Amino acid sequence: MKVVVAVKRVVDYAVKVRVKPDKSGVETSNVKMSMNPFCEIALEEALRIRENGGASEVVAVSIGPTQCTETLRTALAMGADRAVHVDVGPITVYPLSVAKILRAIVEAEKPGLLILGKQAIDDDCNQTGQMVAGLLKWPQGTFASKVILNKEEQIATVEREVDSGLETICLDLPAIITTDLRLNQPRYATLPNIMKAKSKVIKKLTVEELNVELKSDFEVCQVTEPPVRKAGTIVSTVDELIDKLKNEAHVL
Amino acid sequence: ISTLILGEHEGGFLKPSTLSAVSAASSFGKDNSISILLGGSGSDLQKAALHAASTHPVISQVLVADANILMHPLAEPWADLVHLLQKKGAYSYIISASSSFGKNVLPRAAAILDVSPITDVIEISEPYLFVRPIYAGNALCTVRYTGLEPCMVTIRSTSFPPPSIPTAVESSAAPISQVDLSTFYKETGGKSRWLKLTSQETDRPDLGNARIIVTGGRGLKSAENFKLLDKLAEKLGAAVGATRAAVDANFVPNDLQVGQTGKIVAPELYMAFGVSGAIQHLAGMRDSKVIVAVNKDPDAPIFQVADYGLVADLFEAIPELIEKLPEKK
Repeated sequence: MKVVVAVKRVVDYAVKVRVKPDKSGVETSNVKMSMNPFCEIALEEALRIRENGGASEVVAVSIGPTQCTETLRTALAMGADRAVHVDVGPITVYPLSVAKILRAIVEAEKPGLLILGKQAIDDDCNQTGQMVAGLLKWPQGTFASKVILNKEEQIATVEREVDSGLETICLDLPAIITTDLRLNQPRYATLPNIMKAKSKVIKKLTVEELNVELKSDFEVCQVTEPPVRKAGTIVSTVDELIDKLKNEAHVL
Repeated sequence: ISTLILGEHEGGFLKPSTLSAVSAASSFGKDNSISILLGGSGSDLQKAALHAASTHPVISQVLVADANILMHPLAEPWADLVHLLQKKGAYSYIISASSSFGKNVLPRAAAILDVSPITDVIEISEPYLFVRPIYAGNALCTVRYTGLEPCMVTIRSTSFPPPSIPTAVESSAAPISQVDLSTFYKETGGKSRWLKLTSQETDRPDLGNARIIVTGGRGLKSAENFKLLDKLAEKLGAAVGATRAAVDANFVPNDLQVGQTGKIVAPELYMAFGVSGAIQHLAGMRDSKVIVAVNKDPDAPIFQVADYGLVADLFEAIPELIEKLPEKK
């Protein structure tokens, strides 16, 4: 069985983002870019499944500009066997288009599992996995905090983080899983593996080759700073705090 | 114009987050016909339908889908149900709360209907103009939907308070109709199965609706120490929240996590103890009306968003608060 993992290149999670003065978006030039943390977890899970004998090959896919090859190099250094880069040039592709591209990749690669992060930390959409699942009519296990694969019965048992606790569901393969934070702790790429990754192949594809038509049914009008909270007061004792909450903020 | 709301119910009542979705739907226009879809089986479903029908005059219709497969929030049958209803009803909008249910189901249904969903909306400026936070709330993005109907949206319930009930409720209850499920769910049936839900029994209020929330971070140091916070919550009639660090360290279960990837809350009073204030945590609570931070470290970033900060050892401050706070009725 093959596992395909989608990885996204995003502004590093530790960067304090700045909105551009013309409100067209967030400043991304000269900013550290990294693999989306949820995608790292997705890749780690795929690697563990392979290492436990559940899969024979892990293929990493990234969709975006030329620089996505750097993210795919990281994926290869972590242990992915192969990488596919769908080069869309400088344009932004939105989740529905990404889902259609991933469907085309899945139809070509025929994996038993497609694993994605539950959301990307840039647009925070939390859509793509669910959308690919809908397009392929595959079952989905989103927000996974535990995955148990049963190769003989071709099923995956997925524990999901939901509003009221932990939900357990069972999916027939092939299936789609999106990862939550506590699924695993992703490994670091070691230096020898980083060196080895340089000789691994990154296959380049275009949307035309995949026969996917990109359509856009919404537009970003502007990106603005959120309202700033005004600076508060430092109180020195618990008594003063209680007094302020009662008599100034009127919340007690 | 017409709107279909994916409703959630529990114990025979609509969840407050579904009422928030009703609020959001009301802003699409005055002549909006709002239908609430409820699924499941048994007497709870029928009771919830009655509740929905009489809860607010803006609700024009309640649709009841009675089937065992809809008893649990599985995305596959639910998305197919939405698809089926859209084919019949040709709604202008389909909307749900940004709950774990809505986030799981609505994008799947949108892909089947070949439209882009707009998730986690905090403001509806015009009928097709939405504001949603990006980068963990460090920027706000205004998007215009330009596609075909239906326009599909999930909303943050903290940004849309449930509609106030008009004082003179004279209007009769909305009609309840059963959804014809005879052609439903042939293709994707059975590929996913619901096994169980593990949730904590608690008499604390729900994080999503609590008026006061007390939250603990890594500074609480252990699961045992969280009981101290529990006592304070009891005194205040508050819900208990936690940071990702506290959940990762197994002090408390995942459903208490507040933040970018956990719950989004906006209570009247948010009290953070031993919370450093990572941007991912702030994303989940920055809209609270009054924020209090108690932390030993005077440089903790949480103080930059707190209305009232107290630099103190929380193991001294919490017992003192418990002792000195007035008893809640």
